[in-house]
Amino acid sequence: MRRLNLPGGTAAALWLVVVAVPLYYVIGSSLRTQADYLDAGPLAPPSDPVLSNYGTVFASGFGHYLLNNVLVTVAVVAMTLGLAMPAAYAIVRSRSRLVSAGFSVMLMGLAIPAQAAIIPVYLIITRLHLYDTLAAIVLPSVAFGLPMAILVLSSTLRDIPAELYEAMTVDGAGPPRVFTSLVLPLTRPGLITAGIYTALGAWNGFLFPLVLTQSDSQRTLTLGLWNFQGQHGIDVPATMAAVVLSLLPLLGAYLAGRRHLLSGLTAGFGK
Amino acid sequence: MAREPRSGRPGLVWAVPALVYFAALALFPMILVVGLSFCSWNGLGDPQWIGLGNWRKLASDPQLGSSLWLSLETGVVTWLVQTAICLPLGVWSAGRQRSRAVVSTMFFVPLLMSSAAIALVFSALLDPNFGLAGLLGPWLGVDDGNFIGSPGLAIWAVMFVITWQFVPFHTLLYQAATRQIPVVLYEAATLDGAGRWRQFFSITVPQLRNSIVTSSVLMLVGSLTYFDIVLLLTSGGPGTATRTLPLHMYLTGFSSFDMGLGSALATLLLIAGTALSLLVVRVTGFRRMASVREGL
Repeated sequence: MRRLNLPGGTAAALWLVVVAVPLYYVIGSSLRTQADYLDAGPLAPPSDPVLSNYGTVFASGFGHYLLNNVLVTVAVVAMTLGLAMPAAYAIVRSRSRLVSAGFSVMLMGLAIPAQAAIIPVYLIITRLHLYDTLAAIVLPSVAFGLPMAILVLSSTLRDIPAELYEAMTVDGAGPPRVFTSLVLPLTRPGLITAGIYTALGAWNGFLFPLVLTQSDSQRTLTLGLWNFQGQHGIDVPATMAAVVLSLLPLLGAYLAGRRHLLSGLTAGFGK
Repeated sequence: MAREPRSGRPGLVWAVPALVYFAALALFPMILVVGLSFCSWNGLGDPQWIGLGNWRKLASDPQLGSSLWLSLETGVVTWLVQTAICLPLGVWSAGRQRSRAVVSTMFFVPLLMSSAAIALVFSALLDPNFGLAGLLGPWLGVDDGNFIGSPGLAIWAVMFVITWQFVPFHTLLYQAATRQIPVVLYEAATLDGAGRWRQFFSITVPQLRNSIVTSSVLMLVGSLTYFDIVLLLTSGGPGTATRTLPLHMYLTGFSSFDMGLGSALATLLLIAGTALSLLVVRVTGFRRMASVREGL
């Protein structure tokens, strides 16, 4: 706002401390030895920074979890957008009542917690013989991510002026042509937003990996973190190094494209 | 498909893959969970139909009442606290000053962190011996700093961490909404001699009404999903002091392998979620659906 906002500023300063102290703690202690951490207290600065904790993390198979996470995230984003894009096109342009009825049902799915469906999802995945595979994580993640992706994409699609569709139709273009040469190029911002939202959810997913996988070879980052704490629980610096490593790819993306990322996060709720 | 080219509009077929996929892997499980609540199943073999057995067990489950209460308490307290923090913070960070932009960049970092990462950080910070809790405890009237290990305080520690995790998201919502308030309104109010507080309560808050509703519903529905952070921080302990409804459901199903009773609990979650999500569709989706129709 135009003038100095004292109450807001005070709130912001307080919250800044609440956010910054834990973040400083994560990075700071990841650079200290365990002895130093136990000795000098949790908030002491890393006077003699070491990288050995990061070595410990990688030696415990973190690279492999990272790779699994990338595979899961890429698959979830590709499938979600691949299914959501044509559906959003139909929702905005089709006259079919069934389409809008289906969309209403999906919107309800938006807020129903995936937790409520986890036992049947487990039953279905075991019956499909997919238990303990990366596909077991991908399949339900896509299903529960679809409503949001469709919501974001359809609201972008709605911004395309009807005249553009009509002009193409007059030229004799059918829906496939309209889709590839009009809809896809003009919904790029929406695709980026929906892609980011989906990717963040997949990258940080916990419930599906927890319930649907078991072995070390299929472990993703979040489970890897938990497992790591189980094994190195007392070694706080190494655990914090693991946290930093799990966050690093997203932090890079955040600093590179903050605006896109933030608008992706509020996705369908921003307006 | 055959009629399409004439009108140039896409038919139902374009939406079929997404609808079928969603129906098979999201909608069907939500229906199946109700069916499973009438079955006995230990996670292996086939579920056996047992009628109302699980529901009778649930009615006499001493944990149910306390889990329901914990979820309600967590939901309402975190909703009130978060709204009180997010609203002023969102309005403040909507300012275009460079300093505010820099500070806001920091505010939003927790959005990137997984629940698992946040839980690990705070279980280290809340460690009474080597964490920050031991240092801060005496200041807050808890001499040994053992928030996480004491039955009365653990849920408050959990609520603090939940607040830490979700304040950035809702601040972001309020920031985006505040930036859409026409500046003219404030200029007119200033001319009329309205002070800051008057402007905040007579312009900002009413203009943010929709966002307040959206954010509130999201927080309340979200409180049905506070499961991972609790599992990782306390596993529902000490004892059952932080065993919220979703955690109770998970532990019953996947730790005690009583999937039938777990499904009955999940059905309760589903009912609560559906009731709240109908509200979401009303608040956020309904207008969108209306504007879809306008576009045709």
